[in-house]
Amino acid sequence: MTVAVVRFGGSNCDRDAERALDRLGIDAEIVWHEDGLPADTTGIVVPGGFSYGDYLRAGAMAAHSPIMAAVREAAADGVPVLGICNGAQIGCESGLTPGAFTTNESARFQCEHVHLRVERADTPWTAAYEEGEVIELPIAHGEGRYELDDGRLTELEIEDRILFRYCDADGALTPEANPNGSKHNVAGVLGERETVAVLMPHPERATLSELGTTDGRGVLRAFAGAAES
Amino acid sequence: MTAYTATVTVRLKRGVLDPEAETTARALERLGFAIEALRSADRFEIDLEAADADEARERTEEMADRLLANPTIHEYDVEVAER
Repeated sequence: MTVAVVRFGGSNCDRDAERALDRLGIDAEIVWHEDGLPADTTGIVVPGGFSYGDYLRAGAMAAHSPIMAAVREAAADGVPVLGICNGAQIGCESGLTPGAFTTNESARFQCEHVHLRVERADTPWTAAYEEGEVIELPIAHGEGRYELDDGRLTELEIEDRILFRYCDADGALTPEANPNGSKHNVAGVLGERETVAVLMPHPERATLSELGTTDGRGVLRAFAGAAES
Repeated sequence: MTAYTATVTVRLKRGVLDPEAETTARALERLGFAIEALRSADRFEIDLEAADADEARERTEEMADRLLANPTIHEYDVEVAER
């Protein structure tokens, strides 16, 4: 059981993800995108960073790399896939998940801690939380504003595929608590299967108490659950 | 085969927020220019050879669909000219 952390040129949260998983007792290894997925891959993290220098659009280039075709196949087979930050942008660009993450409303890079409301607790990514629970994770992105046309977003909401929304400390979905202008405060969504998820905040940066919050552990523990079942 | 230049203009769909354009518009206003609105777009000029203009357009539209534009947020148009 090994979680493959896919490294592109410009990935910079790959080591954080590998170490965070390692600390949780989950075997993980960094995989260079040109080498393809190892045969024993039991989970996949597409980590944060600036793959291909964010040329064209964040995630656009990496989304068309051969390894992402393999990631999509694995996802269709039920292998858990988590896209974090740039990995979320790649996930949406590659069609793994619906919507797009684009320029923040502020037009600036934002690096801060945010509160998130857990919209569903019955997914592998959120089994550690209660529905409606407020957790705290860091964000660090310039293109994190979730966009999707109103009709499709309503469909997603009806399908219950919103995983996390930006909220205030009490769980209220206010405009002030929305750091980047995301539609309906969406911070993370599910793919067609519950085993595929993307989010802009960084759970892998919130696993050590020295760093202020350990709320990210629960998200990453999905990979332990997947390996056991 | 004929040499063409295909020009692809990719812009945000109406209704999709464009923070960079808004920031640019505000900067122009600070410089004293009176404007009503500003929209930004990306323009790609692609030199290619094709049997005719229709084929050049078809191939260019495929490039736009697959990479240059993101259909979730963008619309695009293609112009083809002999080079």
